[in-house]
Parts: sequence; structure tokens; C-alpha cells
Amino acid sequence: MAKITIRMKSEGAFLPQADDDMIVCRCEEVTKGEIRRAVCEGLRTFGEVKRYLRCGMGLCQGQTCQRLILQILSRELGTPIPDLGRITGRTPVRPVVMQELSRSTEDSKGVEDHALS
Amino acid sequence: MPYHNHTEKKSADVIVIGGGVIGCAAAYRLAKEGVSVLVLEKNEICSGASGRNAGGVRQSARDVRELPLAMYGVKHIWPALSEELGVDVEYTRAGNLRLGRTAAHLEKLSELAENSSKVGLDVRMVTGGEAREICPYMSADVLGASWCPTDGYANPLTTTIGFYKKALSYGAVFITGITAIGLGKVKGRVRNVYTDDGVYEADRVLVCAGYASRAIVNTVGIDVPVEREDEEVFVTEQLPPMFDQVLGTAEADFYGHQTKHGSFLLGGVSGLQHFTSNHDGHPTEAYTAPSLVRGIIRFFPSFAGVKIIRNWSGQFDSCVDGVPVIDNAAEAPGLTLAFAFTGHGFGISPSVSIALKELIMDGNSKTIDVSGLKYDRFAAKQ
Ligand SMILES: Cc1cc2nc3c(=O)[nH]c(=O)nc-3n(C[C@H](O)[C@H](O)[C@H](O)COP(=O)(O)OP(=O)(O)OC[C@H]3O[C@@H](n4cnc5c(N)ncnc54)[C@H](O)[C@@H]3O)c2cc1C
Repeated sequence: MAKITIRMKSEGAFLPQADDDMIVCRCEEVTKGEIRRAVCEGLRTFGEVKRYLRCGMGLCQGQTCQRLILQILSRELGTPIPDLGRITGRTPVRPVVMQELSRSTEDSKGVEDHALS
Repeated sequence: MPYHNHTEKKSADVIVIGGGVIGCAAAYRLAKEGVSVLVLEKNEICSGASGRNAGGVRQSARDVRELPLAMYGVKHIWPALSEELGVDVEYTRAGNLRLGRTAAHLEKLSELAENSSKVGLDVRMVTGGEAREICPYMSADVLGASWCPTDGYANPLTTTIGFYKKALSYGAVFITGITAIGLGKVKGRVRNVYTDDGVYEADRVLVCAGYASRAIVNTVGIDVPVEREDEEVFVTEQLPPMFDQVLGTAEADFYGHQTKHGSFLLGGVSGLQHFTSNHDGHPTEAYTAPSLVRGIIRFFPSFAGVKIIRNWSGQFDSCVDGVPVIDNAAEAPGLTLAFAFTGHGFGISPSVSIALKELIMDGNSKTIDVSGLKYDRFAAKQ
């Protein structure tokens, strides 16, 4: 069950850090500073930050950045990592072309030669 | 610890149940007027349908009872919403093409177009050739389409979070991880909200918790014929900008558009969705994406080689007559209802929030006509 979290207007101003330009999510090019700023503006879980900034939504679905993001959020919020929620791994785990997916019936015959150029 | 605040806050002028786009937008409008607002959300902000939908901002083929909300938003709110919220909501108004491949499709589309134009919306039928001029990627099989140039799309994630952040900045308080279980009256007025974290109190309660709303309002004797329905969406790899129109088909084979990000957001149902709604959570069905993909390739053969990156499902609150309830409940004074959006609550959410603000603060919705969306309109067939 989700942890009870109270959210109110942020008291503190955003405090920049030297490595804010560091890219954390490489697929969607989201930086550490963007994640820290989102927290300052009121976002509280990994899922919320993902929806807002797209980090973890790219081709790898967060395989690389997930742990880094959780660590940044945990440090910013003083919240233990298990309380920050998770993002959901989605099918297909690897990108799949539509033509492959469509092949479960006779219906898809004849679409093979139409790759998008 | 600047971000922690464990002050107990168990009462407010208005309690909002549900932190989706409707709850966040209503909280923003009310907090902006100086009303103290407390939003109770079971999971995370934007974790329900608002975080899973396809972002269509559509007026065409809408029920006329809902059209005033849809048209008001497109005219007066969406164009400047990014500036209003300080977040890019990616609103794009480049039209909606609803495609047909048979004479029967075209007949159905003309009827829908005629109904909408009767109430003042610019929707017209175009030929297959004209449709391909607007959007050159579609198959030669497309015989015609309905065309509404003022339809569009926006990003539901940044829109919902934008409303949430703005509501916070005006002093609204949100508590996540709390489940509302029921309501209770004090001296004839709805005042108590019973939760898994004790009793919360307010002068007014707004219930906008999607399909879960029914069970909550049932506790004070209000019922709305609404049930859960599953729908799926998937997203493709990023592609170079191709077109800005939102697409749909007469038979609802699929719908979708290219996002600002470059990926296409495409969604729909398999036709078996009414029989999958007994699952907990948000499962995707193995047969849904393939079924949607077959529809897409039929209309857009060149998409056969495009990669799908992620597929998810969402649940919406399907009403027996296809439009939401947006009303104050007379038998339960203090209670305002905003649910049963039936899979099209995102596009109208900015307008709905204005109607809700007025219903809650003034007792009626003056700016936008919601008189067709009353909670007591349901009756058995005669
Ligand atoms: C796949 C899909 C595609 C769609 N496409 C479109 C589209 O293109 N255009 C469009 O306009 N609309 C679309 N919709 C519909 C749209 O997403 C919804 O109508 C809209 O998001 C409704 O917002 P909401 O805030 O009412 O609901 P939700 O976002 O579902 O919010 C309700 C919230 O209430 C919370 N909650 C539930 N029970 C409780 C409880 N007991 N206590 C506290 N909180 C609770 C939930 O966790 C949830 O966060 C689509 C929907 C789906 C599922």
C-alpha cells in the first residue's frame, strides 16, 4: 500500500548544485537538476517524476537510470527508497515492430513490404 | 528538511476525493479563489486514467450534452493553458480526421458530423483525396472522413501535474496514500469523509475518483449507473515530425496522434474489454495491441515497420448513457459529483474545473451549461 504523504506549498527556493547538468536518463535526456527541481515543485514519487519529465520512459524503460533516480529522490526528500514507489515495466520489454505484433491472424497478410522509409 | 511537513490536517472548506486531472484542476480553481482545499488520493498524483489516456481534446462526435464543455475549453482555456500553469501542456489544435473505408462508415460519419454542426461546431465530410491531402500517409482505401479543424490533443501527464503544482502554489494540500471509504452526514449535510486514516471533515465534498466514486457516494444514498471499463494505449519509437492531426476511425479500430516528443500515442479496445474488467490492477491483454495494430496497418500501411516501445492499460468510468455526471446532489447537500466521464474526461477537464468551482462556490454553473449532466437523469426504459 502507498505510504501516506502530505504535500503542501514548497517553503524553500530551489538550490542549484554544481552537477545539475548531468544527464541521468540517457534515453530521454533528463538531467539531475530537472529531477531536483521537480521535487522542489512538489513531486514526491518516482512515478510522478516519470510522468512529468519522461525519465524512465525511453527505449530502455529505466533499466539504466532507475536506481540513480531513486537515489536522487531519496536524498532530496529524506525518504527511504522503498517509500518512493516504483515505475512499471511495460510490455514489450524490447521494442517490437508493428508488423510482428499484427501477425496473429490471417488479417495481416500483405503488409510485409511496407516498412516506413 | 524543507520538503517534509507532517502537520496534521484533517479538515478543510472543501475535500476533493481523487487526484486525477479532474481533482487537481478543481483544487487549483478553488484554491485560487482562496478556498481551503484538501485532496485525498489513494495512490499517486495522476496514477489513474489521467496518467494513462491518449490526450485527445476532441469536440467532434461528442454527445450534445457534453459539447458546451468541450467547445468552451477549446475556445477559452486550452490555447493559453501552458502559460496559465507554467508547464508545457503541448496543446496542439490541428484537427481531427475520422476515417471511413466503406459506404456504411461514411454514412455513420456524416450522421455524427451533422449532429455536431447542428449545435454550431465546424465538422464536415471530406473525400478520401481531401483527407490524404491533410494527412498524406493514409491508405488509398480511405474513402472519406469527417474533419473537425479545431480538434486537437494535449499531454495529459504534464497537464495533470501542471494543475497539481499550480494548486499547491495557491495553498491546496494533497495527501496521497489515503483511501476514502465512505461519506457521512452531520445535521443533514455531508461533512465526514471516512478513510483508512480516520475521519476527515469538510463543508463540501467533491467526489471525482473515477469508477470508484460510485461506491463512495452509495454510502449517502446516491447512485449513478457507472462501471469500470478497460482500454489500452501504446507508444511507438520517436519518429521525425509527420503530421499533427488526431486520427480516429468510424469503427473505432484505433485512435491516436504523433506527440510533440515524436512518438505516436495510439490506443483503443479489442472489443472484448467488457469481459476483462474483473482484474485488479492494470493488466494489458495479449490480444489487444495486436488487434489495434491490425487496424492501424489497414489505414496506414507504412506503419508496419514502426516499433512499439511500451503498452499499458487504463480504466475509465463508463456511464450507462455515455456522458459524465457533473452536479450537486440535492439529497446529500454538501456533496458535488464529477465522474462517469466514459473515456473522454481529459479534453474537457479544464472546463469541468470551472463548472465545479461554480457549483461548489455558487450552487450552479453559470459560465458553462452542464444542465444535461445531472445525477438524477437516469431512469429505466419506459
Ligand atoms: C486508455 C484511455 C484512453 C483515454 N483517452 C482519452 C482521450 O483521448 N481524451 C479524453 O478526453 N479522455 C480520454 N480518456 C479518459 C480520461 O483519461 C478520463 O476521463 C480522465 O482522466 C478522468 O480524470 P479523473 O480525474 O476523473 O480520473 P482519474 O485520473 O482516474 O482519477 C481518479 C483518482 O481517484 C483515485 N481514487 C480512486 N478511488 C479512491 C478512493 N477510494 N479514495 C481516494 N482516491 C481514490 C484514483 O487513484 C485516481 O487517481 C481515456 C481513458 C483511458 C483509460
